Amino acid sequence: MENLNSYLIVSAILFSIGTIGVLTRKNAIVMFMCIELMLNAVNLTFVAFSRYLGNLDGQVFVFFVMTVAAAEAAVGLALMIAFYNNRESIDVDDVNLMKW
Amino acid sequence: METLFFAIITLVAVVSAILVITCKNPINSALSLILTFFCLATYYVMLDAPFMAAVQVMVYAGAIMVLIVFVIMLLNVRVDAHKKQTHKVALGCIIGLFTLINTAFLIFKSRAAMPMGPYNGSIIKQIGHTELIGKEMFTTFLLPFEITSILLLVAIIGAVILAKKKI
Repeated sequence: MENLNSYLIVSAILFSIGTIGVLTRKNAIVMFMCIELMLNAVNLTFVAFSRYLGNLDGQVFVFFVMTVAAAEAAVGLALMIAFYNNRESIDVDDVNLMKW
Repeated sequence: METLFFAIITLVAVVSAILVITCKNPINSALSLILTFFCLATYYVMLDAPFMAAVQVMVYAGAIMVLIVFVIMLLNVRVDAHKKQTHKVALGCIIGLFTLINTAFLIFKSRAAMPMGPYNGSIIKQIGHTELIGKEMFTTFLLPFEITSILLLVAIIGAVILAKKKI
């Protein structure tokens, strides 16, 4: 087993890449995938800590994160389909009805 | 040997994660993201969590990514045109790098607590990872587990309501 820090560093790198993706891309689906990437980076941290500390609570938390991600996928993609039906686009710059 | 394997998996994971945010076509991003999920499943196997690896492949790489790819193909979105957005990219990269530096600083500066729980590698291998997770989930975390079902119900109803044209 590798030491804990290497897993944490990998997780930090993946999380930062996800952050950059959310901030730079305009396609709503790609932003959504970047959020999934960030959630997975956090999951890796949970499992690494759980294994290192000898406590299984972290791995149960990963289940709940996965559940929330699945619910988010269902609702978020339904929102994108509804938005595409109205605007013929899923660019986040086109979400400007409430922009002042 | 294991260090070399870890390095290779890390390389694949980071490169495919970078491909997720750089590919112009959303389908290519989705395929790269699936590769990243497989790398994460490999990490879970290396961390003595085989059940988490199976769930990662089945739920994430299976269910959620199939849903995303399905929506990408359903909407048939055109590939991003070449727009000038250099300021936005620069700002996002600066914030992302700041996040990375901050996290790395905290990781190297701090020390994790000593192992305190009873579940080391030999016990996990002896009893079985799935059994231990199941016991934990249906005793200590029974109430959150039940609340999860309400969350899934809300998600089902919300998705159906949002996707309907007329309610």
